[in-house]
Amino acid sequence: MSVLDTIKEIVVEELAVDPDEVTDDASFIDDLGADSLDIVELVMAFEEEFDLEIPDEDAESIATVNDAVEYINENA
Amino acid sequence: MKLKDKVAVVTGSSRGIGRAIALDFAKAGAKVVVNYRSKEKKAEEVVEQIRDLGQESFAVQADVTKMADVKSMLAAAKDSFGSIDILVNNAGITRDGLLLRMKEEDWQTVLDVNLTGTFNCTKAVTKTMMKQRSGKIINITSVVGVMGNAGQANYSASKAGVIGFTKSVAKELASRSITVNAIAPGFIKSEMTAELNSELKEEMLNSIPLARFGDPEEVAHLATFLAADEADYITGQVINVDGGMVI
Repeated sequence: MSVLDTIKEIVVEELAVDPDEVTDDASFIDDLGADSLDIVELVMAFEEEFDLEIPDEDAESIATVNDAVEYINENA
Repeated sequence: MKLKDKVAVVTGSSRGIGRAIALDFAKAGAKVVVNYRSKEKKAEEVVEQIRDLGQESFAVQADVTKMADVKSMLAAAKDSFGSIDILVNNAGITRDGLLLRMKEEDWQTVLDVNLTGTFNCTKAVTKTMMKQRSGKIINITSVVGVMGNAGQANYSASKAGVIGFTKSVAKELASRSITVNAIAPGFIKSEMTAELNSELKEEMLNSIPLARFGDPEEVAHLATFLAADEADYITGQVINVDGGMVI
């Protein structure tokens, strides 16, 4: 499964949203209704799935599905 | 049965207030994980008593100052019972002495168990409770954390720390319907208070309007209430069970 698909799957699971809503440029907060705790849970799920550590200052820059894909591709 | 089918983990529940809470939870219908650090036999006795009450229970050895221990304890609770609905951070110790003579080790050990232990267990249970969108965390603090006590600078600092921690975490987790409250017992009859000398006990008795020491069960009843659905709208509070010692 591609990084994009894996991330979308995690987002659907963690935010309990419809898969159709999770477009490539969907913003976790603005489009998918995530709050600050959701973001922490998402980041922790990414860390677990891709076996990497995402520092807080980097986590702040991950706002959309695309941001997450880019970050994982560059750092995992 | 206020706690029917709820799953509770009570740290330091082989004796004293923790034991009374574990038993009261079981009477209210909860499945209870009994935690101990060194008193295995005492813990197994509590487990037996809970089973006699018709509830499921088992004991887990874990040192709350060690995150790895805490994680495996909570994993065992979740694997066996399917969820964790209630966490009671009760494990606590004293190393009393006047500040001038207090060893750094006595300061550090008390903070490690009472405050860091509470942090470890709360942090480790949070993910599970957030996913459940429900949970009750009850921290056992002390009136000493509110009013201070000569000879207990370490203990009172750790218990005051627990109060600040309770309020902050209550705010952080409220959006997930997780409540976090603290119970501040006054002078409760237990092994911990049995060590105090009789002169001090007499003096304390004079400062209690209800003019008697409390029983562990009297603390446990409040814990059971705070753990029940009835207390869903109460969070971030510190409630004294102290015979009016602090008014």
